[in-house]
Amino acid sequence: MLRALGILCLGLAGAFGLHLVVSNAVPPYPALIVNMCGISIILAISLNVINGLTGQFSLGHAGFMAIGAYVSAYFTTTLRYFDPDAARYISEAPLFDGLWGFPPALLAGGIAAALAGLIVGIPTLRLKGDYLAIATLGFGEIVSILLSNFRAVGGTKGLTSIPGYADTFWIYGSAATCLILTGFLQRSTFGRALIAVRENELAAEVMGINAARMKITAFVYGAFFAGVAGGLFGHLMLTISPANFGYMKSVEVVVMLVLGGLGSSTGAVVGALILTVLPEALRDVERQVELSGFRMALYALLLVVMMLFRPQGIFGQRELSLKLLRRLLPSRDKPGRQP
Amino acid sequence: MLPLLETSDLATRLLQQCANGVAKGSVYALVAVGYTRVYGVLQLINFAHSDVYMLGAYFSYYPAKWLGYMPEGAEKPKVPFYVLGLAFLFAVSACAATGMLIERLAYRPLRNASRLSALITAIGVSILLQNVGQMVFGADPKSFPRYMDQESVALGPIAVADTSLVIIVVAAAMVGALHLFVQRTRTGAAMRACSHDMRTAGLMGVNVNATVSLTFALGSAMAAVGGMLIAMDQPRLTPTMGLLAGLKAFVAAVLGGIGSIPGAALGGLLLGVAESMVGAWNTTYADAVAFVVLVVVLLVKPSGILGKSGREKV
Repeated sequence: MLRALGILCLGLAGAFGLHLVVSNAVPPYPALIVNMCGISIILAISLNVINGLTGQFSLGHAGFMAIGAYVSAYFTTTLRYFDPDAARYISEAPLFDGLWGFPPALLAGGIAAALAGLIVGIPTLRLKGDYLAIATLGFGEIVSILLSNFRAVGGTKGLTSIPGYADTFWIYGSAATCLILTGFLQRSTFGRALIAVRENELAAEVMGINAARMKITAFVYGAFFAGVAGGLFGHLMLTISPANFGYMKSVEVVVMLVLGGLGSSTGAVVGALILTVLPEALRDVERQVELSGFRMALYALLLVVMMLFRPQGIFGQRELSLKLLRRLLPSRDKPGRQP
Repeated sequence: MLPLLETSDLATRLLQQCANGVAKGSVYALVAVGYTRVYGVLQLINFAHSDVYMLGAYFSYYPAKWLGYMPEGAEKPKVPFYVLGLAFLFAVSACAATGMLIERLAYRPLRNASRLSALITAIGVSILLQNVGQMVFGADPKSFPRYMDQESVALGPIAVADTSLVIIVVAAAMVGALHLFVQRTRTGAAMRACSHDMRTAGLMGVNVNATVSLTFALGSAMAAVGGMLIAMDQPRLTPTMGLLAGLKAFVAAVLGGIGSIPGAALGGLLLGVAESMVGAWNTTYADAVAFVVLVVVLLVKPSGILGKSGREKV
């Protein structure tokens, strides 16, 4: 427990250090990419809990992200304290104003997404593999249809003029929290149970694991962090619309996982980093060849080629850790290895 | 789709929506047979199928546009029927070839891999086709040239667009022919054998690879017909037009019972009608109908209406 807190503090300190560097020494455009990387990392790690660890192939992550983004943005822009006696708003400023209003708003987005995860998780319990993929895809589409039709959140135009609260500290602080929490979760009894459900649901049930509960918890956990990522995304981009959270966004996160290795959290981080930086590099190429769609086509090709030639991704189910690094690097302690 | 006739009679309005729904559902049925056959054989949702449907629309659009000489100053310029025939042949054969190529390059190497790998590959192929389509065809919507008067035909109290009638007739003929082919011919028997048990079918001397190829070719050809019909009826072609239509067609296949061709037809029609009914009330929620149907079917009767319920072996 103490160790967990220590690592968490270390992660937050690291995020703060990165924040100082990015806000002082990095020009705005690269800084935006760095921040987007952080959001992608949260998305990839959280989806990895559902898809990688528990083996429930979900294609609806953008739907959870959308819910988190809308709820938290609604909190910081529109929600005001309403006095029912006087029938008017007490103050003009939003209830969750300023920097102290942001964490609760973010949390609210996460909780709303987690509730959605619960609602999706229960009926889809009986679905497996492809059917689950289609059903979660349907969920994502329904979320975007509903959001396009809600006048209160701007319809297809979405929410605009969201305050830019999400800086590098918040983004990487959340990413570090997500990674560390997931890392401990993975190694706990609970995480082992998730993996058992993935490997063989029936055998897991026989061993006394409540598979249904594991699956739902995985959905809720993943959805929560997707919601947080959505909230950060909204407060980074300052505008959100249903088009931001389409099917392609979900697929993008899946590609990150597959590239890094389904089931590996650190693999998810690496996949997220590659697939957030690479498209920015390719943006210039796309402009030069003047072909829109080139970027996504390359993504898709990467996905297919990965599946054909290295279906386990870069890391497989291994985690990048100090131990692995030590094993890979030629060590000086072993005399036999010296050249 | 035609606007509602001005009538206060609820029954007539319902009937009218049914007719619109049947036309829409016929296209779903055409696409759904491809999903259902492929799923029956490989237990794989062929995500790329919806993009083959999109390709079918484009592959019929270009010949119709290039060959369809429109006389200047004609009252209502129409594409002559022989051009439509050529466009049809081109779209069908090109899509059948595409389907076989996809199977050969992307799915066959993974036939013994985990189903998840195959699923991810299918998603990848689908996105690849969408974006290559965008690169080649452009993202701006294209519109199919007119080929009929586009007038409504009165059928008793309701009015049906002539293009809708064409859709219904062609779709019924195609699905019927496919059903007969699968049920009555030796090749069809091989296809059925493969979907029953691929390994044993192979041991009995069925050429499994050829049969799977043929399944993809036939399914893709059907999708091409569906794409062409929808292009002629609602002329707005975009590279992403397949996404939603394909999902709905898959839901239709699940609703009818996966693996069964009459089931796919029935599921397509039912889904089309249900969508039209909801669409008459609120057009935007019509798109959500399919997913609600999917979840309900999978919870209540996962084998679908006409599907055989097989017990899962442990």
